[in-house]
Amino acid sequence: MQWEERRAELKLMLAQRRRGLAKGWYKYSRNPLAVVGLVVLCIIVLAAVLAPYITPYPEHAKPYTNFSAGSLPPSSTYWFGTDRVGRDIFSRVIHGYRFSLTIGIVVLGLGVAPGVILGLVAGYHQGKWIETVIMRITDVFLAVPPLVLALAITAMLTPNLMNQMMAIALVWWPWYARLVFALASSLRSEYFVREAELTGASKLHIMFKEILPNCFAPVMTKMTLDMGIVILVGATLSFIGLGVQPPKPGLGTMVAEGAKRLPGEWWGTIFPALAIVIVILAFNLVGDGLRDVFSVEEV
Amino acid sequence: MLLFVGKRLFQSLFVLFGLSLLIFFIARVMPGDPARAALGFLANEEQVERLRDEMHLNDPFPVQYYHWLHDMIHGDLGESSYTRRPVTADLVQYLPATFELILFATLISAIVGQVTGVLAGYFRDSWFDGLSRVISYLGIAMPSFVVAIFLLFVFSQILRLAPGVGRLPILMSPPPRITGFMTIDGLLSGQPGVALTALKHMVLPAISLALIHIAQEGRITRTSIVENMQKDYITIHKVHGIRTSKIVFKYLLKPSIIPTVTVMGLDFAFLMSNAFLVEMVYMWPGFSRYAVTAMLNKDLNAIVAVVLVIGLTFAVVNLLVDIVIMGLDPTARLRRGGG
Repeated sequence: MQWEERRAELKLMLAQRRRGLAKGWYKYSRNPLAVVGLVVLCIIVLAAVLAPYITPYPEHAKPYTNFSAGSLPPSSTYWFGTDRVGRDIFSRVIHGYRFSLTIGIVVLGLGVAPGVILGLVAGYHQGKWIETVIMRITDVFLAVPPLVLALAITAMLTPNLMNQMMAIALVWWPWYARLVFALASSLRSEYFVREAELTGASKLHIMFKEILPNCFAPVMTKMTLDMGIVILVGATLSFIGLGVQPPKPGLGTMVAEGAKRLPGEWWGTIFPALAIVIVILAFNLVGDGLRDVFSVEEV
Repeated sequence: MLLFVGKRLFQSLFVLFGLSLLIFFIARVMPGDPARAALGFLANEEQVERLRDEMHLNDPFPVQYYHWLHDMIHGDLGESSYTRRPVTADLVQYLPATFELILFATLISAIVGQVTGVLAGYFRDSWFDGLSRVISYLGIAMPSFVVAIFLLFVFSQILRLAPGVGRLPILMSPPPRITGFMTIDGLLSGQPGVALTALKHMVLPAISLALIHIAQEGRITRTSIVENMQKDYITIHKVHGIRTSKIVFKYLLKPSIIPTVTVMGLDFAFLMSNAFLVEMVYMWPGFSRYAVTAMLNKDLNAIVAVVLVIGLTFAVVNLLVDIVIMGLDPTARLRRGGG
């Protein structure tokens, strides 16, 4: 008998959740730009994951030279043309997406969790010394644009993919600390938090089980929008020469190499640059769509 | 008011102090020997050791920081290991070029952003609104180096409408240095032709810098206009037959000024970081290109100075923005208890 009840309850919960998802998707699909962004994003991710199998010349993403096919304009054999040493730019762009997406995922993976936790602790302990300590440290990181700090830190390390990601993550967490701090410090005076306090719930329970779930939507939205920005910063670092090093096909590196050969060999710059713009645009469109679904006002 | 400014100054000083500690710490804990880096691999062990002593590198970290802070307060930021000159001299030489460019870009983004925002908001859902939306999406998604290369490619290399890289053509001699702003120096020294050429050279890099901010400011103004258009007081003005231009400029634009000023302040600092890329593409002999060179050459003293200068600019601009907003917005004065 008890089991029957439990099952019915679970069924109801699942149905509710499904309805919620369906409603969210309905709202999302009303925004045609967001749907386009999502489709483009899926294609990019798929292409990047399968790059070694679907690109026409996967070996061109590695050190490879074939000077007899150098500097060829776009054609049916080389869709985006070839660079100075004869590598297929289309294959390299798709491989470049692997680096870009890795940077986005790793930076947010490393940066978001500490930022959220610190913001949560500071927000819940508003007015205490622990808030002052955490938020003043955050202020120091926010005192210069993230790009400058990331550049300075990478410059002092050896420029490569790993250090580039670490440097960006190091300057990225404060933005999440600030966002979650603002959310948590307004949530802590809500009745459900008060009630949990009165029933004697532990601080950890209140912070992580009561307040944190309510920060999910804004953090999720900000992460989607930030994927685009982190990819942009990553491409910028490689453009300057402080990121993915040649001959590896970083998108920013390819733009920088191609720019030396403008205006004659325009394809060496324009296609990698377009690739960067498209992936950032896609993340922005999806982020805007999510913002509407979650009705998050500002992140 | 004074109390508020004093408090903000103290906060900024604290943040800058923290920033210097952070960046100095990173510069010193990194593997590698700054003294060896400064002297090059030809120097012998004895010379390196002497320089290590001079640079206080053999002391514990807090002592090193104390010496650095002491020198900095006396205007000595150390020697650049790349240009072999005092960092302060380098900054004095390169900063004006960047400030000239950034001020010009801020001006463009404020004017164009406001105009497009007003038009897009007033003619909501028209083709112009749609176009400005597309451009603002592109402005946000295009890295500034992509914009810079694209503009240089199309307008300078293909259409030949704009001059190429640099501040002046190689064959033109620059005006005597008075302010460091070439347009102003050109006018002051009675060479309007030089000033005009310098201005022409600034157009493309400034637009590359301004594009993203035009997009953002346009969106903010548009939102504010759309919001206020539905308010009763605008309807009343319309019923009373007040001219459309007066409604737009006097009653619609005014409330949108405050968020715009805030965003402009933030923009200024971000322009400094985007200038890193744009100056690289346009070979602009400014602070940001100096910064990139310093970073690529692991020039520690210069890197620390660069980060601090940007932090200082950020702090000063933010303070100015707050003061301006207090002047514009009476509720902000009350909120901050300045009176």
